[in-house]
Formats: sequence, structure tokens, C-alpha cells
Amino acid sequence: MEKFTTHTGVGVPLRRSNVDTDQIIPAVYLKRVTRTGFDDGLFAAWRGDETFVLNNPVYTRGSVLVAGPDFGTGSSREHAVWALMDYGFRVVLSSKFADIFRGNSGKSGLLTAQLRQEDIELLWKLLENSPGTEVTVDLEHRMVTAGEHVFAFEVDEYTRWRLLEGLDDISLTLRHADEIKNFETSRPAWKPRVEPAR
Amino acid sequence: MKKTLAEKVWRQHVVRAADGEPDLLYIDLHLLHEVTSPQAFDGLRLTDRSVRRPDLTVATEDHNVPTTPGPITDPVSLTQVETLRKNCAEFGVRLFSMGDAEQGIVHIIGPQLGLTQPGATIVCGDSHTSTHGAFGALAFGIGTSEVEHVLATQTLPLKPFKTMAINVDGDLPDDVSAKDIILAVIAKIGTGGGQGYVLEYRGSAIRSLSMEARMTICNMSIEAGARAGLIAPDETTFEYLHGRDYAPKGSEWDAAVTAWRELRTDDGAEFDAVVDIDAATLAPFVTWGTNPGQGLPLSASVPDPEMFPDEGDRSAAERALSYMGLEPGTRLRDIKVDTVFLGSCTNGRIEDLRAAAGVIKGRQVAAGVRMLVVPGSARVRLQAESEGLDRVFAEAGAEWRLAGCSMCLGMNPDQLTPGERSASTSNRNFEGRQGKGGRTHLVSPGVAAATAVRGTLSSPADLAGSR
Repeated sequence: MEKFTTHTGVGVPLRRSNVDTDQIIPAVYLKRVTRTGFDDGLFAAWRGDETFVLNNPVYTRGSVLVAGPDFGTGSSREHAVWALMDYGFRVVLSSKFADIFRGNSGKSGLLTAQLRQEDIELLWKLLENSPGTEVTVDLEHRMVTAGEHVFAFEVDEYTRWRLLEGLDDISLTLRHADEIKNFETSRPAWKPRVEPAR
Repeated sequence: MKKTLAEKVWRQHVVRAADGEPDLLYIDLHLLHEVTSPQAFDGLRLTDRSVRRPDLTVATEDHNVPTTPGPITDPVSLTQVETLRKNCAEFGVRLFSMGDAEQGIVHIIGPQLGLTQPGATIVCGDSHTSTHGAFGALAFGIGTSEVEHVLATQTLPLKPFKTMAINVDGDLPDDVSAKDIILAVIAKIGTGGGQGYVLEYRGSAIRSLSMEARMTICNMSIEAGARAGLIAPDETTFEYLHGRDYAPKGSEWDAAVTAWRELRTDDGAEFDAVVDIDAATLAPFVTWGTNPGQGLPLSASVPDPEMFPDEGDRSAAERALSYMGLEPGTRLRDIKVDTVFLGSCTNGRIEDLRAAAGVIKGRQVAAGVRMLVVPGSARVRLQAESEGLDRVFAEAGAEWRLAGCSMCLGMNPDQLTPGERSASTSNRNFEGRQGKGGRTHLVSPGVAAATAVRGTLSSPADLAGSR
């Protein structure tokens, strides 16, 4: 995973709450077996609406999504994160993220930064009044800067460390292979096991 | 220290705990399906890793499969299913393919095989993994990166969840099912109310429910924002499990039951949050909007967005009514539907089919309405056919299908067309969930069957005397 320290890009105001992962990418776009190529499905239903924010050319190169509360609810599909990243997004700002989406983002290198809802409202106004405004997200100092505004954001400390270092979770866990092996010897015999395929 | 059920199960699975780090949690059972696993297997190949415990891993084909006889005709869906077959063969994972008697929706087959057991940690790249919590398991959905992590290590690094008690006490009125309970819970706490929590459903109304009804409730914990929901195991749980293929046998059964009896929240243990619901006040519940929290008793009317004090709720309601093509003040009972879908991991088990068949028997699906009945697994289908339920549905004019996720999500041939309205026993009424432009009302199996007969959202009581 690439290291994430700071990112500056055009902010996109998405004035909607409860944006579920079926809206981020509908199921019909989940059939690929690769990790890339999902940008065509991003917000697919809404992109047909010419008033949708990403259809405004000023925002089409956006990379910082400023969303309403409860972003990423619903299905666990990590394709939602891949679609956002394939489109060019590196950061999502919201006052509340769904648990699974936030976890998936951290694994794939998309930063989910939690701001107060009143700060999100200020950002929406700024981005709508001055479309194309760039937003800087500094993970090291947990700061969002846009125009004259500076906001602190929250992010899980462990995820922050992993993103800053660009660390892969599986390698970290495999450092503890002995402990996993020890644990396995203590599992009760009645726990179910299936006959593997070979 | 008094502990809740969720905390007990968590502690029994901690491989490693260190300050400033998430706990490393051991996973007892990893379920796979074709949609969220291909990139995880690719990751293993790229890093030259193997599946650590194929004996704790089971796969099935469900999201893409057609529910009419014959092969998969969509080439992209076929590629995804064939990729799963190749991956399972290469990595030695047991797969229940289309045509196998054990194939079905991943959350139906785990319990049915007896693989889902009390006190287990269970994960799957699917948010409705919360279903398995009905057995007192800690079960939750994960993303594809985590699927790869579990395949490679049989563990997950996780921060402990907070705990929330959902107490449902009292006697449930007739016609009120598990689906109505959970829709009422979600309407009460909201789609984000459970974020960060594991929900424990408690109280006399929960204890009185069958295992299948408990699964319906735990299934939709994610719709309240909670990653997991669980219910303490009891005699109902043990009776359901006894004799199933992968349940412990002989002296191991006795040892397991002894351990399982400890799996209950200690008296006096503290939850981080508590919600109380009086079962006697519940009624058949339906959704009117585009998230599962936008629900009301069937006797109510479509709400006026102006009535919502919160600006965010108001604009969400306005957007929902516009998408759903509904006017404020319309009685929910007057809403006409085009399609009725009975099935899914929420309500595709044998008791759900029996409940709906009991309502529709000797009646007819209304003119202009199509009804799809999709068993959750091949085994549920065979059981239903042995009881003659397939004939009950067919004689009423409904379509009897093969097992799969079907119309719960617009990924296989069973979809709504733009503007088409459904009453659906599935779990999500999101915009376009059942097909682009489709409009979904979430309902219980009984309400689905009554709605099919009347053509408008209805409860079984509305049919009195019409047989």
C-alpha cells in the first residue's frame, strides 16, 4: 500500500446523508474479478442526472469527497472503495462513517477523515460558492485546510499509523504466526471442521 | 468482572492483545462467495501465500446464480462463478456449487449444515453475516482485504465493539413476526444507531422465537448500522443444532453444550447502551422510503417530510418520496405493487415459506401482480417441495424458483424494471437495490403473501374470510 501523508485536491460537495454502498456502486457493477476498473460504476444511478455534482466539469477532477453523515452504510462490498479510488478520490470527509466501509477504506489506502457536521456544512458552502476550491488533508497533523478554514479531524490512531507508513496488515499479522499457532492448539476439539477439497 | 455475551465470545478468541494495537482475533469459520473473494485469492497468489485453514473455510455460489433452470448466461457472471471454482480447487477450499444439494445463500447454508455454532467467531465478505449471531456467535461482514487476511492468517486485527442491549419484552400480537420486530428496531434507532456496536437482542419476546426467526432479526443488525447482532444460545438453539451434519456428536456434543451454557450475559453486566421495546405495541411494519430506517406500521400513512424536525431527515424524506413516487398522506395500505418477492437471507428459510404459504393457500395472486418465491437454499427448496408448498404457491399463481440471492440485489437475472414497485421480504430498500429505478417496500413473509393477494400492501388480517 502507498504511504499517505498529505493530499491536496479539488473538494466535491456531496450534500446527501445515508449514502449506502449500493449508491456508491450498484451490484450489477461488482462482477469483475480484478481490483481495478470500477470507476464506471461509481454513483452510476446518479451520474445520469445532469444536476449531479460530478457532472459539473469543475468537480470532475475532484479527489476530496465531502459527504453527509452515515456515509458507506449497507453492503460490505470493498468495490465501493475501489470505485472511489479508481475515479480519483483519495479522501472522504464526513461526520459519520459506516464501520465496514471505514475499515475497508483503511485497508485500501482511502482516507476516511471524520469532521464535525458543522464543519462539513461550512465546507459545503465554501465548495458550492467557490467551485474548484482545493482542499488539503494533512494526515500527520490531522488537519483539513480549505480557503481560510482549518479544521481538525479524527481518524483511528492505528489506521493513521498504517497509512502513514504504508504498511500491509497481513505482513504485520504474520509477525505473530507463533502466537496464532499456539492459540490453535488450545481450540476445543468439538469446533467444526470441514473436509477440504483435496 | 461481569461480562456481556459479546465480550465473552471476544475474549475466548483473542490471540494477542497489546497496548495501542487492535486485538488479534481468531476466526472459527470463514464463509466465501463469488463476489467478494476473487481479488482476495489474487492477493494470495501475488504474495505466494496459501489458505491457512481450508478446514475452517467453506464457499458457495449465490449472488450471481439464476433461479430458473439452466446455466448462467451472463458471461461476466459466469466468469465470476468460474473464478471461484478455480480458486477453491487451487487452494483446497470446499465449495458447494450450483446443482449441489448444499448450495444456497451463504447465510442459509452455514446454520443448516450445523457449521454455525454458539460462541464461534464467523466472518464472510458479506454484511449479512450478522445472521449467524442468532446462535450466540460473534459474526460480522468484512471487506475483500479482510477476506484475504483471514484466508492467509485465520485471524483479524480488530478493535473491540461497544455493546448495546435491545430488550424486547412482552407478548407479540398475532400477525407480528421477527421481521416486524427488526424493522421497528431499525426505525427506532436509525440506520446509524448501531454504528460501532454489537447488538444483543434480549427479553421474553426474543426468547420465545424459533431459531429461524432469530436469524431474521440478527440478519438485519447491519441495517441498524451494527456490524453484528447476537442472541444468547438456549434450549431452542441446542435443539436446532442437534444432529446436524457438522454439529458435535456423542461426548463432544455434551462437552460443547456444557461450554455453550456459559454463553450468556452475566447478571449485572453493563451495556454501553440500552434500548427497550414493548412487544405488545408492535404491529406489521413496512418501509415507505429508501433506507431501512424509513419504516412505519402498515396502518400508518406516507409521512409528510415537513413533519421531520431535523433538516437532514427532512431532505432525505423528500428525496425518498420523489424516488418512490409517493405522496404524503397516502395510506400505506393503498399502495399498489407490481411484484412480490419472497426469499433472501432475511426471509428465505422454510418457516418463512410456510408462513407465506399458510396465508396464500386457496387464494390467488392479484391480476397484474407477479410473485417470485425463491427458497434460500437447495435444501430449503427440497424440504418445501416435500411439504407441498411449491404446489400451494404455483396454484396461487406465484413462480416457484431455484435457490439464490435472486431479487434481493440487482446482480442476477431477477430484477425490477425502472419504476416497478415491489413488496419484498429482503433487507434493503436502497435506490436501485433490486434493479435500476426499482422501488422497494420491505415486508415480512406474511405481509408479502397478503400483499400478493390484494395487490396493495396488506397484512394477513386484511384477508379475513376471503378464502
